[in-house]
Amino acid sequence: MKHSQAAKVFLKNAPRTQWHDKALWFAREKRDIQKNQVTEWETLRDHASQIKEHALSNLDDYLMEFEQNAIGNGIVVHWASDAEEHNRIVFNILQKAGVRKLVKSKSMLTEECRMNPYLENKGIEVIESDLGERIIQLDKQEPSHIVMPAIHMKKEEIGKLFEKELHTETGNNDPQYLTAAARSHLRKHFLSAEVALTGVNFAIAETGGFVVCTNEGNADMGVHHARIHIASMGIEKLIPKKEHLAVFIRLLARSATGQPITNYTSHFQKPEKGKEIHIILVDNGRSEHLGEEKFWRALKCIRCGACMNTCPVYRRSGGHSYGYTIPGPIGSILTPKIDLKQFADLPFASSLCGSCSDVCPVKIDIHEQLYQWRQEVYEHGHLSWIKKTGFRVVGKILASPRLYGLTGTIARFFLIYAPGFLVYNRMNTWGKSRDIPTLPRQSFQEWYKENRNKS
Amino acid sequence: MKVGLFIPCYIDQLYPCVGISTLQLLEKLGVDVEVPQNQTCCGQPLANSGLQKETIGISRHFINLFSNCDTIVSPSGSCVLQIKEHVPKELHDEKYSHIKNNIYELTEFITDILKIDELDGQFPYRVGLLQSCHSLRGLRNGKSSELAGKRFSKSGQLLSSLKDIKLVDLDRPDECCGFGGTFSVFEEAVSVQMGVDKIKDHLSHDAEIIAGTDMSCLMHLEGLINRNRQLLKVMHIAEILNTAMT
Repeated sequence: MKHSQAAKVFLKNAPRTQWHDKALWFAREKRDIQKNQVTEWETLRDHASQIKEHALSNLDDYLMEFEQNAIGNGIVVHWASDAEEHNRIVFNILQKAGVRKLVKSKSMLTEECRMNPYLENKGIEVIESDLGERIIQLDKQEPSHIVMPAIHMKKEEIGKLFEKELHTETGNNDPQYLTAAARSHLRKHFLSAEVALTGVNFAIAETGGFVVCTNEGNADMGVHHARIHIASMGIEKLIPKKEHLAVFIRLLARSATGQPITNYTSHFQKPEKGKEIHIILVDNGRSEHLGEEKFWRALKCIRCGACMNTCPVYRRSGGHSYGYTIPGPIGSILTPKIDLKQFADLPFASSLCGSCSDVCPVKIDIHEQLYQWRQEVYEHGHLSWIKKTGFRVVGKILASPRLYGLTGTIARFFLIYAPGFLVYNRMNTWGKSRDIPTLPRQSFQEWYKENRNKS
Repeated sequence: MKVGLFIPCYIDQLYPCVGISTLQLLEKLGVDVEVPQNQTCCGQPLANSGLQKETIGISRHFINLFSNCDTIVSPSGSCVLQIKEHVPKELHDEKYSHIKNNIYELTEFITDILKIDELDGQFPYRVGLLQSCHSLRGLRNGKSSELAGKRFSKSGQLLSSLKDIKLVDLDRPDECCGFGGTFSVFEEAVSVQMGVDKIKDHLSHDAEIIAGTDMSCLMHLEGLINRNRQLLKVMHIAEILNTAMT
């Protein structure tokens, strides 16, 4: 389904849309409070942007440096060129260890790779341990937000789901009660897990270590009990030096949820005695994206989700309307690179208001890239025939003052004198919910000629 | 200084009163205004829909029409931004550079070029200000709420200098109104919801008038207000300033 249609369906439930809009705007407001308390906020954004641009411009070198240092620390490093290879690597590690269960913390990369269904098909039990992700998993849904995956669900729905799945009390929707139920349910899995998987927020070339940020501590619970820790990361998550964390850690949680820092910022450097750490470096289209002159800056993204929280379109259409793991403005500039035809409508799911670019902690020019992707959509022939032809005709008219004056006069004449049903009908999308302006009999240019420039 | 006035197509055809107000206001401020004849459009409806390539004819016409002016002023931040940022590369020559560096949205022209921060006028109404996104985040004629630093707004500065005006505080002062050019039709449902919410924000703060720097955003809101028979009026800032100064 196209974004505009999915959005229309989402908007049909007005109270729910309003609630969704407010919940996310609340995150934006909390972010603003934090931003205002850091006097050097804009300097931090500049630094973050420059570090990322530098790292991405020298990614090959930093990846080699990272690999060398990680191996030196006793970490096993794997390279995956695509999603399939990533999933196979995870499965092989599990198989070699003779383990049938994987406890994982939130990782948008594994969503991108569709890892869970892959492993489940091979008889592996996958347990999501982030509360939001677990809710989504139990309800057989997809996340609708990269930081708050179940933000589209209300507590009543979660209460019902937990009644069915975790046998909680009937009708008890108290968030604290439900969280406690999820916690004791997950604890059993943590204690019995032999292999745990996490994502990676930042990997440091200089040290060969990496950092995972969570609020629930679930990544740590999983990893510390398990014998094997698998960390999956997109190759763009690399930063050159440890000191750079001082920039990113200050920006990430503030931008994401309006917290000064996530509750847990866990640094992993080397495996404990008798345990293993595996890191999987995933490309899955990133190198190719990096070669796109107009679009490579999208890879600076640190997945904070601030552009979703601020986006007036996302808040009113919900994450699922984008039809991809990463929704919202950032998703709309990542997806066209994956499949321009399939996602041709996403660059248009924006009013180009630019709020996303201003909120972005690493200063990705998101709205400008949306604009550029629109040009690609047209140039590759993915704009509908009606739009294409219509715009070309308009282009001809607007390039010619004579045609412009004539068309304007005729159109105004028509709109002034035509009966209502000819103006407001199914072909007039504008007029479905909006009146057209009261039309003047004279254009400005006509007025000017008559009153100022009689020659 | 030869100042050329650019009146965008939709103002020319649908809101000539805004063009007239802009002209009269500039004249009141002592500007010698020239209106080059046979103006059409900046090309934005096409460019924002992915057809920047097809705006060569429109842009060439614009450049030829205005390259003789020292300065160009327009009562639309959005159209000014289009000329500054999205004219096709094929036309990037000296004539274009001159235009790009000397074209201004009306309120920034008044505050930055004429160096006028306060106007002698009266406007006894409760007004909500809609700084269009392209003025705000594109031309940086104000500080957006996403950025850190001191708040400022060129249009807000001019309005607040009027006697008896009450600029109301909105819950989301710089949330987009939902117009977005062809977005208003391609994503009709979301666009309408954004407009409805913007109007609600104004009504809940007892605004009587929504003042804007772009008539296109206001056309979208006016369409909703009229359809829903709400007690609110939209006015372009040129109309307000021109009325206030009589």
